[in-house]
Amino acid sequence: MLAGPPPTYISPTLPSTMPTSSPPTYTNQFQPPIMPPHFQPSYPPPSSQTSMATNGINRPPIQYPYLNSGLLPPSSQSDASSPMANPNSQIYGSQSSFPNYQPSPNNQPTMYPPNVHPNPIRPPSVHYPNYPGQPLPTGSVQPQLPQARIDTDSLPSVIQILEQSQEKIQAPFVTSTPGALPPLAGTNFVCQDQGSCNPRLMRSTTYTIPNTADMIKQSHIPIALSISPLANLRTDELEPPLTNFGDIGPVRCQRCKAYMCSFMQFIDGGKRFVCCFCEATTDVVNEYFNHLDHTGRRTDCYQRPELCLGSYEVAATKQYCKDEKWPEPPAFIFMIDVSYNSVRSGLVDYICHILKTDLLDYLPKDKNAETSTVRVGFATFDKQVHFYNIRDSLGQPQMMVVSDLEEIFVPLLDGFLCSPQTSRGVINSLLDQIPKTFVNSQETETVLAPAIDAGIQALKGANCGGKIYVFSTTLPIAVAPGKLSNRDDKKLLGTEKESTLLSPVNNIYTKLGEECAQNGCAVDLFVFPNAYYDLATIGEVCRVSGGEIYKFNFFSIENDGERLLDELRRNFQRTIGFDALMRVRTSTGIRPIDFLGNFYMTNATEMVFGAIDADKSVSVELKHDDKLSTDSNTYIQVALLYTSISGQRRLRILTLALTVTSAYTSFYPACDLDTIMNFTTKVAVRSVLNSTPKSIRSSITTQAAHMLACYRKNCAQGSAAGQLILPDTLKLLPVYSSSLVKCDALTGTVTLNTDDRSWLMHRLMSMDVKGTSAYLYPRIYPLHTLEEDHVTPSMIRCSYDRLSDAGAYVIENGLVMYIWLGSQLDPTFVQYVFGLQAASQIQPEKCRVAQFDNPLSKNVRGLLNMIRDERNSHMKLFVIQQRDSMEPFFKNYLVEDKSLTRGASYIDFVYELHREIRNILQ
Amino acid sequence: MATYQEFIAQNEERDGVRFTWNVWPSTRLEATRLVVPLGCQFTPLKERYDLPPLNYDPVLCTNKTCRSILNPFCTVDYRAKIWICNFCLQRNNFPPQYAGITEQLQPAELSPQYTTIEYTLMRTPAQPAVFLFVVDTCMDEDDMTALKESLQMALSLLPTDALVGLITFGRMVHIHELNCEGMTRSYVFRGTKDYTAKQVQEMLGLMKQQSNQRPMPGNPNVPPQQAPNFFSKFIQPLSQCDMSLTDLLGELQRDPWPVSQGKRALRSTGAALSIAIGLLETLYPNTGARIMLFIAGPCTQGPGIIIDEEFKHTIRSHHDIEKDNAKYMKKAIKFYEGLANRSAVNGHVIDLYSSALDQTGLHEMKYCSNYTGGHMVMGDSFNTSLFKQTFQKVFAKDNKNEYRMNFGATIEVKTSRELKVCGAIGSCVSLAQRGSNVSETELGMGGTNAWKICGIYPNSTLSIFLEVLNQQQGAAQGVPGGQRGYVQFITQYQHLSGFKKIRVTTVARNLIDATTNMPTIAASFDQECASVAMARIAVYRSDTEEGSDVLRWLDKMLIRLCQKFAIYEKDNPGSFQLTDTFTLYPQFMYHLRRSQFLQVFNNSPDETAFYRHYLLVEDLTQCLVMIQPILYAYSFNGPPEPVLLDSSSILPDRILLMDTFYHILIYHGETIAQWVKAHYQDLPEYENFKQLLQAPVGDATEILQSRFPMPRYIVTEFGGSQARFLLYKVNPSQTHANLGWGQTAGAPILTDDVNLQTFMEHLKKLAVSTTT
Repeated sequence: MLAGPPPTYISPTLPSTMPTSSPPTYTNQFQPPIMPPHFQPSYPPPSSQTSMATNGINRPPIQYPYLNSGLLPPSSQSDASSPMANPNSQIYGSQSSFPNYQPSPNNQPTMYPPNVHPNPIRPPSVHYPNYPGQPLPTGSVQPQLPQARIDTDSLPSVIQILEQSQEKIQAPFVTSTPGALPPLAGTNFVCQDQGSCNPRLMRSTTYTIPNTADMIKQSHIPIALSISPLANLRTDELEPPLTNFGDIGPVRCQRCKAYMCSFMQFIDGGKRFVCCFCEATTDVVNEYFNHLDHTGRRTDCYQRPELCLGSYEVAATKQYCKDEKWPEPPAFIFMIDVSYNSVRSGLVDYICHILKTDLLDYLPKDKNAETSTVRVGFATFDKQVHFYNIRDSLGQPQMMVVSDLEEIFVPLLDGFLCSPQTSRGVINSLLDQIPKTFVNSQETETVLAPAIDAGIQALKGANCGGKIYVFSTTLPIAVAPGKLSNRDDKKLLGTEKESTLLSPVNNIYTKLGEECAQNGCAVDLFVFPNAYYDLATIGEVCRVSGGEIYKFNFFSIENDGERLLDELRRNFQRTIGFDALMRVRTSTGIRPIDFLGNFYMTNATEMVFGAIDADKSVSVELKHDDKLSTDSNTYIQVALLYTSISGQRRLRILTLALTVTSAYTSFYPACDLDTIMNFTTKVAVRSVLNSTPKSIRSSITTQAAHMLACYRKNCAQGSAAGQLILPDTLKLLPVYSSSLVKCDALTGTVTLNTDDRSWLMHRLMSMDVKGTSAYLYPRIYPLHTLEEDHVTPSMIRCSYDRLSDAGAYVIENGLVMYIWLGSQLDPTFVQYVFGLQAASQIQPEKCRVAQFDNPLSKNVRGLLNMIRDERNSHMKLFVIQQRDSMEPFFKNYLVEDKSLTRGASYIDFVYELHREIRNILQ
Repeated sequence: MATYQEFIAQNEERDGVRFTWNVWPSTRLEATRLVVPLGCQFTPLKERYDLPPLNYDPVLCTNKTCRSILNPFCTVDYRAKIWICNFCLQRNNFPPQYAGITEQLQPAELSPQYTTIEYTLMRTPAQPAVFLFVVDTCMDEDDMTALKESLQMALSLLPTDALVGLITFGRMVHIHELNCEGMTRSYVFRGTKDYTAKQVQEMLGLMKQQSNQRPMPGNPNVPPQQAPNFFSKFIQPLSQCDMSLTDLLGELQRDPWPVSQGKRALRSTGAALSIAIGLLETLYPNTGARIMLFIAGPCTQGPGIIIDEEFKHTIRSHHDIEKDNAKYMKKAIKFYEGLANRSAVNGHVIDLYSSALDQTGLHEMKYCSNYTGGHMVMGDSFNTSLFKQTFQKVFAKDNKNEYRMNFGATIEVKTSRELKVCGAIGSCVSLAQRGSNVSETELGMGGTNAWKICGIYPNSTLSIFLEVLNQQQGAAQGVPGGQRGYVQFITQYQHLSGFKKIRVTTVARNLIDATTNMPTIAASFDQECASVAMARIAVYRSDTEEGSDVLRWLDKMLIRLCQKFAIYEKDNPGSFQLTDTFTLYPQFMYHLRRSQFLQVFNNSPDETAFYRHYLLVEDLTQCLVMIQPILYAYSFNGPPEPVLLDSSSILPDRILLMDTFYHILIYHGETIAQWVKAHYQDLPEYENFKQLLQAPVGDATEILQSRFPMPRYIVTEFGGSQARFLLYKVNPSQTHANLGWGQTAGAPILTDDVNLQTFMEHLKKLAVSTTT
């Protein structure tokens, strides 16, 4: 069965829409005809088809990225209407709208590190003046020459820029200078905290803030922060040190309650300090007093992290705890779906197995702790919820079934949450028993909300925060609170009505999420659906609580077991805080007004997280209340109050100093495009629910155009009208915007089903800057040229033209990973890497990069591991071949090309952008 | 037939029936003038070892409205093989299998000695009985351990084919699944919610099983035994789940939820009981089943709440009830009465085993036992021999090594035409069977001629009241054979062995014209039976009426009876004289008035409920003991003898043994007590004293062993605090008020209560008075 031909899913509901005719009328020579997988004439054999049709659950169909079923090929009609395929389009005929290009000038004055010129006379930004002599000289484009193309090499290249900036990074990035622009998020740099916090913890869209709101309005560049308060730092960087002020608690400004930081000014011989945020003076309590030296700094400046660092942690006092009671160490609750589907797919068995043999030995602990203090609890559910008593004094576990789901309750007090160290024997026998108990389950209906609710109550009862790991396979259709029904209607995706489908159908799961957040716990949802799951509704519980969603379509242990295990391991091991509260304080004149991410807010200023981990990020938009003084800096302080994995209540304080300017010429060079794109992406994703796809796309384009137009108007007035001028820091704005406009999270119609779309949106909302830049511009590494150990090969631009038929490449965007094998690839590659005789044996999902003792295999594995570690995610891997049925999905990630969903190519987007800029300038 | 005494004794021995009047007036008017209503104390399953085993079905009268059973009083035409029903005079042919009968070869049921006979129905397959243990887990460790031991012992005493189940409760209710491999499993319910049977069914996933079962009734050829696997996961044959249940009980923990200071444990008795009933209702309707509820405190939450968890709110007393100050009582009573009715409909018994120093809410829960024939046991702790031995006796066997418990009995009363049924009082529920012989007048549970006793034992006794129908004197003569009235009691029940049995008792009494034969009727008066009947009526009325009203009614009845049957001159108390058959009656009434059944002072509502329960269950003799305790005296002056229940019986050189049914008390007189203190019994030369001390102990042990529930055993002495149990029972003929100096006989009782002598004087005065 497993060795048979690759199964292909034939959607039983779709046969009438199958075009019977020939290949689509797709004419672009660079994009070979896309053959939808189920129209592939050569296979599958009929026998396989019938077996699939009659017994679909026997073998899950092949899984496409984010896609379950009902794949529709891009229709030939829409292809024809896209500008690239229809070269006679009016746009191309219009000479005036044609920008001219100049290759990226390496001789241009490059970006000046702002810390070198704290208040610089604006360095000239990179201009793209007319460039005659290139394939398309100004005005020479004729309608009759539609096939002529601009050399994409002349467009700003992400890879080139990354490599250039990487080269420039020689010394560690030191944060001592306010307004210093940090290295690009995609580069490999070391940061030295000397006042402002590490950019991995917090980045700003600009490091020099305009002094008036009007400048922001003109430039359309948002002032926003991307904060990943618990982000992983490099091992050679300084983790925010933990300090303890004892009984006096954290030292704070008496007026604005800002925490002590390196920018506070001590006066009166150290008796008082002036707040850098509100300028109020606060008396220094005796316990904290220290003398000042001749420069006005405290003599203990370098002994105390809060006086010299941009990020530090401080142990909280009881006042910072719920009900003024020290919290218990957090607990993990595992809620396992034991309905028919779950048992049948082997999931129950597998989860119990990996928990027992692997995961429970790697429960997280504090950095210097010997053993983990995390307690664990187990529950299973189908139409009922089953709780397990695992107290160590028991000879065998006890199962307690609760079927009264109207108001769920936890039937036991102690014994549900136990330390795996002491109760290991009972837990092991429980994990052996669970699969046995449900092996013959016929229950196909499940509940969900009551199970989660019970988890919250259990944690509440134990006075601790924690995580609820829910493993669920089906839409909860059993009669109980939170019952959902199938409301999927794929046709609505991409239309104006898609927001109804992507919005929660009711607020039950939102309310549950709120309860989680308020009780200091988060729900991590592992879904294994074979059909519609309504993640738009259910995902709310993760969104509000600060949890994460993992999705395994058509789960099979063979295909996904390793990934599930690795994801769980990573999930356990990352830095995490529970029952967290985050507040952003800023200098007077500016204040946070908008908050984006996965969390819960009870008031206008505080973000509440049931849990927050190293991979989670939030964005906060700032707005001017007043005109800022250009003489002084503006400060931003993020305070995160949380309970550590060992149950310690802590505060993490991040401070960032920004300079203020009144000139665009100093504003633009201080912009951080990665952060801008991160913010823009989140705004766009959020607006999916209350706007239309069309208007979202046009607002992204318009915003980009405005940014550039404003620059053009204020910083490069001398240049010719036909020129497209890109400021140095925003050089990649067109390519990122072009990618964002057509990214599957915003436009996914063909490549994504509804749940995958919801999942993607959920992920993007909590993604950090590095994550969004990878998502917007996937990385491609060649594999066939891998030679030496541990040397990362240079990346390839995201365009099909750049791939060699004889090569093998890996592409990843942080969410999914493909290995693409060219048609002329040396067959030994397949043998060495996959252990298969021929490329024809490759099954896209099943194919594994197996362990073989040859350098190529080692290097490929090393590279994949490097990627996974960097993304801290075990991305789903597909191995596809050139002109394979799945190639179109892969191509969708080649963001410089025209996309599967009509999205414009990079070049076309640049044309459009330029036209719009001209419109604005006129 | 020598005397009525002997007649009564013989009838009781044979049929388990004693009538208040053994000759019946022939008219209704005369019958009502008898004051003490016509009725009987009937013990349906009185132990009879001499009954022949009849493994066939009884022969029924073919008259559709009659359906009485062939009995020795029927006229039989042996030649024509015809019998004439003595109730409706219908002529019936004998069924074919009786073809061989002759005058010499009679079936047992026609033999005059078998006016009571028992049939075992072999057609219906035996169905094992169900025992569902419902166990409170809110108790201290010692009690828990003791209870666990008792339960494990119970398992060893049950028949192996019995079906058993376990429900435990505290803050929540756990229904335990049996025979789980590798891990114990229980279904948990909220203790604060009243689940309907349907909800319970759904939540336990029993709906599917039912649908599997459904085809079976439609196909009677398939006996249920053919599907041995069809047992619910919660209730399984003891033989199959013995180990698993023993383990479960072994691992049973106290309710883990913390109880903060000043609070009672949260105990969901109501929800647990409701779920237990719902479970059995679904799985075993109309099958013998016993819910054994063990409680160590009052229900403190959810349905059936008796008192909330705050200790500062004390549980209701009689005083509170009187003042209408019992917040939860009415609702709780309604709830438990509803449960009792549900349970009774399905033939399921509810036993209440309450062990706590404080009240546990028996007052509210009493109907559960009352209506279903369940036991009610009240103790201080599960860790006492009182509870342990009582509980053991539940599973006791008789001489034939058969369990004494039977299930799902229905008792139907057939009467000849001149009689009608007014009602019954006892541990039963009405079946609301409106036969033609059902009277308009109700006494006790009326409006029916059939009742159900879900749990019935050899001593279970029902008071059944009858009415003479004839309006006119002449009518009695008009009826052929009118000089006799017949009553037939048909008791169908399920023996613990699973067999269905029918016991038929047919009795006949003469009907005579009361206007002319009053002395005959008076001579046929059974004053013991009448006392118990009146006591039961009084207790039955106390449930709904004020205590003082009941006492007043009781006095009125006594006076009227005396007026009617005593010999006296008007307005001359000195001339008052009672005939032999009435002499003891006023004394019984005197003690009844003083008894804990009607006097609630110094008793908690729970105790009252407990005492009254057994008055409604026990047979006549035991009931008499309850009304007027028995007192034996032991002394060097002679062999042990019964003495008057009077303060004059309390002498210094006597040891007294009092049996009140609920208490067994040994009282050492003043001198005896001093001797004991001086340890004379340990000296070899005073062996006789040692024996004297031993004698009452031996007798007491005998009573203790035979009695259910186990009485409280008290050994006390002159001046001992426990002596109060004796002192408040005896007639205070000598009190501090009337005891002169120098008198030595008896012990003065410090009371203002009226003594028997005064009571009698008043009675005489009132009886002879022309004004009353």
